[in-house]
Order: sequence, then C-alpha cells, then structure tokens
Amino acid sequence: MRALTIALLATLAGLTPAVLMLEALPARADEKPIALKKAPGLDKVEANCGACHSLDYIQMNSPFPNAALWDAEVGKMIKAFGAPISDADAAVINDYLTKHYGS
Amino acid sequence: MITRRRLLEGASAAAALAGSGLPPLAEAAGLDLPPALPHGLRAAAVLESLPGKKPLIKLSYRPPNYETPIEYFRTAITPNDAFFVRYHLADIPAADASVLDPKTWKLAVGGEGANTEFTLGLDELKQMPAAEVVAVNQCSGNRRGLFVPHVAGVEWGYGAMGCARWKGARLKDVLDKAGIKKEAIEIVFNGADGPAVDKTPDFIKSIPVWKAMEETTLIAYEMNGAPLPHLNGFPARIIVPGWTGTYWMKHVISIKAVTKPESGFWMNPAYRIPIGKFPIVARFLTQENAANTPITEMVVNSLITSHADGATVNAEAVDLGGIAWDGGYGIQSVEVSTDGGRAWNAATLGQDIGRYAFRTFSFRVPAHARGKLTVMARATNKIGQSQTAELIANPAGYHHNVMHRVTLIVA
Repeated sequence: MRALTIALLATLAGLTPAVLMLEALPARADEKPIALKKAPGLDKVEANCGACHSLDYIQMNSPFPNAALWDAEVGKMIKAFGAPISDADAAVINDYLTKHYGS
Repeated sequence: MITRRRLLEGASAAAALAGSGLPPLAEAAGLDLPPALPHGLRAAAVLESLPGKKPLIKLSYRPPNYETPIEYFRTAITPNDAFFVRYHLADIPAADASVLDPKTWKLAVGGEGANTEFTLGLDELKQMPAAEVVAVNQCSGNRRGLFVPHVAGVEWGYGAMGCARWKGARLKDVLDKAGIKKEAIEIVFNGADGPAVDKTPDFIKSIPVWKAMEETTLIAYEMNGAPLPHLNGFPARIIVPGWTGTYWMKHVISIKAVTKPESGFWMNPAYRIPIGKFPIVARFLTQENAANTPITEMVVNSLITSHADGATVNAEAVDLGGIAWDGGYGIQSVEVSTDGGRAWNAATLGQDIGRYAFRTFSFRVPAHARGKLTVMARATNKIGQSQTAELIANPAGYHHNVMHRVTLIVA
C-alpha cells in the first residue's frame, strides 16, 4: 500500500512521472526509468501501471497483443490483482497499449 | 561469456543505431537473445547487475526478473552470483531488513492440520539434522517468450533456471516436530515478500503432504556452500526437487499444515496446466479439477550451451556440449541430430551428480562442409519420456521442452 499511496500523492502533487516511478519503488533503489512512447495516455499508464510494476513489462509483451489481449491484461490487473484503476483510466490505458504496444 | 571484442562491436553498433534514431537492440549490448522472443523484449532487455550478482539479462526491474545467460549452463552447477532472479510481487524486504536478519528471522510452523505450533529461529533450524540435494530450480514459464503464438507474461528465454547444491533441514523433520494430523492434505508456504498494493493476493503456495514428507524436500539455508543470495530467498527457502520453481518459496516465514485445499490466486487459477496434455506422473490431486491441475514436476529437457545460435565454427570437428534435466527420474540419454532430426546419435553423458541435477553431455560433430550446420539435442529420461518436436500449447506458457536447435556457420 505504501508504494501506491506515494504514487497517488505524487500524482496529486503534479510531479513528473519519472519522479513518481522512483518514489513508488518499494524495493529497487537502482531501478532505471522506462521511457515508453510519448503519446496521449502515457500519463495514465505511468500513474496506474507503474504504481505496482516497472513498465518494462509492457515493452517485453509487445507488439503481439491485440486490443482484446491488452484489455484482458488490464482487466486481470484490476480483477485479480486489485489495481485501483478507474474505468475511464482503463479505457485510456487499453487504447494507448493497443496503439503503441499492440498488433 | 561476452568477450571484450563483442562488447566493443556492441558499443559501435549501439552508437550507429543511436545515430539512426532507432531504438538500440539488445544485441547491441552484446546479448544473443533468440530471434523468436517478442521484438519488444529484444529491444528492451539489457545486461545488468543486481547487488551481489554478475550481469544477468534484465527482463523487468520491479519486481525483479533477471535470467541467466546461457554461457553459465556449461557446467552442472550454476554459480550463486549468476543464478536467475524471479519475483511476482514488488515489496521485497531489503537485505538488511529485520524480517530477513538471521538473528531475528522467525519461521512460524502450525496450521489446523498440525498438533502444535511453534516458531524456529535460524540457529534452531541449523541445529536440526542437515540434508543436501543437488537440484534444478526452473521457473514454470522458462522459455515462455519462445511460444508461438506468444503468451503474455514474463517473456523468458532459456535462462529462468539454475542448478545448485542446497543444504538445509528436512521439511519432514520440522513437520514431524509439529505433528501432522491424518486429516492434513497440503503444506502451505508464505514468504516475507509481498505485494505493492494491499488488494493484490500475497504469494502463497502449497504442496501435497506426500511431497512435503520426501527426504529431499528441504528448508534450505545454504546454496553451493554459501548463504542464499538475498534475491534467491535469504535466509531460507523451500526446496522441492523435481518440481518447478513456483513451489520453492523464498524468504519463507510461515509453514502451515491444512485440511482444506489452499484456495489463493497463486494456486488457482495461477500455475495451472490443462489436464491430459503433458506426460506428468506426479499429481497434486487435492487441487485437481476436471479442466486443469497445478503444474508439478518438470518435463524432460535439454539445452545446447557450448555454442551460441549463429556462432561461426571452423570445418574441423565441432565439440558440442550442453545439459539435460527432468523432474527427478534421471537422464537416460541425450542424442544429437545434425540433419534436422532425421538421424540421431548418442551423446556422451557427463558425471551423474544426482537425479534432480543438470546432467552434462558432449558430442563431437565430425568435420563438415562449409555453410550452415544445424544441430539439435533431445534428452530421454529413465522412465522413457522424451522431448517434444512440436510445442504443446497451454494458456500460461508452461513446460516448453521443444528440442533445442542451434545453427552454426561452418567457415
């Protein structure tokens, strides 16, 4: 919970995603920021996905997932892993992932 | 090993790519990643060192997932500082956290299937009779990245595995001390690591009582004669020889005997294989349903480790080498084909250091005409199981044991 709280506080404070990612780290002080493609929706990806895991998970699972598979992955994060992602953010994230890391 | 020359070539290739505006490929950093891996992985993976570790192939920072480069599999024992790292959840206690401190670490033993409950300190665990086993620890999803079509998850190549000599107390001795009731069906493990968000299911795993009571199922505190590395489960982890790594709980702090099947996410729906698709002997019946069953023992497998795919060799004889392993029945034979799998010739097996260990093999390919030379390896275990020629599809991308194939350039 600690990591997520810090991430949310960072978002509220309007900090940049890079700072947010570093602040959200529970275990890895030497984690390097992952630069995903700059495009609309990236802020939602960084704030939501990056709260629990580094964003290289997205890179390594690309570009093979289609829209349905990315939707299933985001759904798994919400339903199975309890990620507090709003429906609105989930839609933006799905769109971003499919467009930039999908097929 | 990455030679200095290859590093330099990598550096100049990276510089060229930087100039072209293209993302640097993993190959540019000196990585020989299989071309079948997802492009996104090949572009993003880098060699990086975790504290106390040699450079490993970084797939993800948080949670840390780092695989062992293939070169380290030329011997039957994998060095501790090159052993792969795999976590599901990101909240990993620091190396100096009190929960992992040998002076303050506590293992809680109990559960409704046990007669008593107690805690053990590390010194108390070490005072119990010690046992050793050489055993392969392989991630269920090793080689997932090679699945066609791709399966989502951590996109491992060949290196989510390693073999070590583990020393510790027998789990059986600890369970006997607690007194296991006859109604107990599973032994449940929890470790000190946890999720980043409270609602994410903690990583909790169970094994059947019969497997827990085997002589070689250990609570290990030593790996290859040294304390466990921090990111391989310090100060103690569960060793389940023959079974995939998912049951080998790291940083173990709780062991419970239970009378009902453990129902957490990591037992079901996670880590399941379809019923009837794989030649599995060891079954986990209290977790089985009509459609699927927990992954248990490893399928027989082998890997050519002497030469990288695409390596140049001269036209003289080529000395191939590699390793083979299975779920603990032992390796009966390894064969090599140089004609695409039509004819097979017996390789020479190296020393047998235990039925759960890597078994090395070697094979001399006679002088060969210039051009491409494709070599394949196929292991068979002592109960007659062999590797598959075609991938056995399954939803989570487990048990990849398609025969390994390396193409050499004879010059």
